[in-house]
Amino acid sequence: MVSWKGGFGVSAAEEIKRGKGTIFLRPEICKGCSFCIDFCPTHCLEFSRDFNKKGYHYPVLPRPEDCTGCDLCGLYCPDFAIFGVRYKDLEKRRQALLAAGFVDVQQG
Amino acid sequence: MHADPKGVLTGVHFLDGDHAACEGALAAGCRFVAGYPITPSTEVVERFAARIPTVGGVFIQMEDEIASSIAIQGAAWAGKKVMTVTSGPGLSLMMEHVGLAAFTETPCVFVDVQRGGPSTGLPTLPGQADMMQVKWGSHGDYEPIALSPNSPQECFDLMVKAFNLAEIYRVPVFFMMDEVVGHMTERVQIPPAEEIEVVERRWSSRPPGQYRPYETGEDLVPDMVKAGDGYRIHITGLTHDERGYPAMNPTAHGALVRRIHDKIRRHADALVDIREDGVEGAEVVVVSFGITSRVAAAAVEAARQQGLKVGHMRLIITWPFPARRIAEVARQVKGIVVPELNMGQMVLEVERAAAGRVPVHSVPHAGGTVHEPEVILEKILEAAR
Amino acid sequence: MSTDLYRWADQLQLGTDIDNPVMPFLRQDRIPHIWCPGCGIGTTVNCFARALTESGLDLDKVAIVSGIGCTGRVAGYMNLDSFHTTHGRAIPFATGLKLANPELKVVVYSGDGDLFAIGGNHFIHAARRNMDIMVVCVNNFTYGMTGGQVAPTTPLGPTQTTMPYGNFEPSFNLPFLADACGAVYVARWTVYHVKQLAKAMQEGLKKKGFVFIEALSPCPTLYSRRNRLGDGVDQLKYYKEKSVQKNGADTKELALGFQEEIIVGKFVDRERPTWLESMNEHFSRVLGTRYQPWGVTHAED
Repeated sequence: MVSWKGGFGVSAAEEIKRGKGTIFLRPEICKGCSFCIDFCPTHCLEFSRDFNKKGYHYPVLPRPEDCTGCDLCGLYCPDFAIFGVRYKDLEKRRQALLAAGFVDVQQG
Repeated sequence: MHADPKGVLTGVHFLDGDHAACEGALAAGCRFVAGYPITPSTEVVERFAARIPTVGGVFIQMEDEIASSIAIQGAAWAGKKVMTVTSGPGLSLMMEHVGLAAFTETPCVFVDVQRGGPSTGLPTLPGQADMMQVKWGSHGDYEPIALSPNSPQECFDLMVKAFNLAEIYRVPVFFMMDEVVGHMTERVQIPPAEEIEVVERRWSSRPPGQYRPYETGEDLVPDMVKAGDGYRIHITGLTHDERGYPAMNPTAHGALVRRIHDKIRRHADALVDIREDGVEGAEVVVVSFGITSRVAAAAVEAARQQGLKVGHMRLIITWPFPARRIAEVARQVKGIVVPELNMGQMVLEVERAAAGRVPVHSVPHAGGTVHEPEVILEKILEAAR
Repeated sequence: MSTDLYRWADQLQLGTDIDNPVMPFLRQDRIPHIWCPGCGIGTTVNCFARALTESGLDLDKVAIVSGIGCTGRVAGYMNLDSFHTTHGRAIPFATGLKLANPELKVVVYSGDGDLFAIGGNHFIHAARRNMDIMVVCVNNFTYGMTGGQVAPTTPLGPTQTTMPYGNFEPSFNLPFLADACGAVYVARWTVYHVKQLAKAMQEGLKKKGFVFIEALSPCPTLYSRRNRLGDGVDQLKYYKEKSVQKNGADTKELALGFQEEIIVGKFVDRERPTWLESMNEHFSRVLGTRYQPWGVTHAED
């Protein structure tokens, strides 16, 4: 299974405001095309200042409270590097997996 | 495994080679044909079009030979035994897909009812000038199998063999007829279905997830699956690895190209089919195939009546070429005579196999009609001197 | 910098591949793919994945056939029975696959050059026959894989390697061609219109007969770069700006110019018997009980 980085953000606030959803990203396969950034309906994505091994700047979520988890970014992403998910769907999935015997493992 | 009786027209018939070939295909279990009209082959598909609705299967006349030669491969990957039928100009168009079938190891039969060539040539008259083309016509290296019938009866019998070989080795198999064999009408005996031995495709017994499309065992032939069974296969004409995925590097390429050659070469002995007559103790041997073999037989007989010990080797399987047997014979005779309806094609293989041990006499012919026996006889006499 | 959100999200990573709707459709051992940054082919694959999900089709029975070219690589990345065939010949291969096993849902996924230059003849005949296959054409106006040559869809004006002084050859109006040949479903969208494209693909999957969907997509490395059109995202902005949706428009009016207006929408949605339906109906009538109808005529029947 591939490891995804969850909800990239640069928020410095102690109290994190949660939106309706979040994004998961594989920064190493992002090619910095900017589709997700430009077409996110709530404009909650931005290019990171950081870049991956190939030299591409990947998106980050500086305003996580604005993310609705609509997955338009995922639908646009030509590299399958990002997707959005609603927290309630994520929780449903988590419950289903726990019920099926999966263990909640913390990714590094 | 016995033939499916639905496709077997048991009985004694009076058929031409084209029609008999169609019956052979049906008996072998062929249930999908895509073709395009081209003289002198058209009757094969015409008969198939008429027969298949009541046997159960599909015939489609495609828009060209290129489409025909790949439509059959789609049908093969849906699990069917398949065939396309053409003559010289159509075979030339099909060449890219011959390579595709060879590289993806798709079992299929290509019937070539050869005619005078090159180019549009003589559509209604015979030739045997496509023999080298089936071996070398597609780009790249590959090892096809090719058979040459010399009668309508053989068009039936050997067609079953052709389909069986396609399934055993997962290669394109060429059925090299010619206009005379295709259009001559003779007695054809079609046995009951239980007497016809048919080889079924070797389906993988592995479940999805454990099956690898190009993994092989001892015989170097992979087990096959078909689309729709949950295997989620990937088949590509690009150089591929055992998973079927593109693997564009010299190592994978070398491994794959060598294996598709070795799977034929390793079984070269099993793939020898020569009808030999009087070769033991012969001074001269005639090597022939297809319609020319009938004329050669007359020449051989005439030579024997003159007191010469002449043998006749009629090649049923021309590819892979039976080099070992020819080399053996080359050590025993004074000369080999190779008549063919072309400017010298299979004679090059005979020469190669003979490796200079014995003079090889070509009896070329541009095509359009068959040799006169006297011409072949003359060469036999020359070889005997 | 707070990492609480990450930890919380990380805790939910119980195999989040499953959560990404496109992942089950991909051969994950082959990701990342070869397409360039800003190429829209991957976007169309997302739409196709969504369409497959929404369609409820049995994925074991869906087969994808591609030709040669950048879009032709789609077959290799999708976790379906997939066939990467020769240049221009995906449609006849698909025809054989479908007719030999009518239970399969067969989708041809290829590029504009592959389908309409070398493959043109096969396209028109399959449409004429109303073969029950769906053809997705990712139209990037160029031959990308080979370095950006002119294609039958390249509009008048732009430069390509084989039209180094600008293209002077008129281009195809693909929906018009498909319509004229008898396609029963014809739509054009761009990769900006992800939702509509996914919807069109979903409708196409459910439709019986020859379906044609044109998806305009950027080729940032070749078509765009050579013609100073910016990156992929700039082309998407052009699609957004200049697209006009006209469902049901006369396909004659749908020609594309260089960076001009793009008419998108669903233009044709009609019923015609498929080739197999015609064959079965005809033989049943002519041969009576001697004929056993061949296969089911549609994956959902």
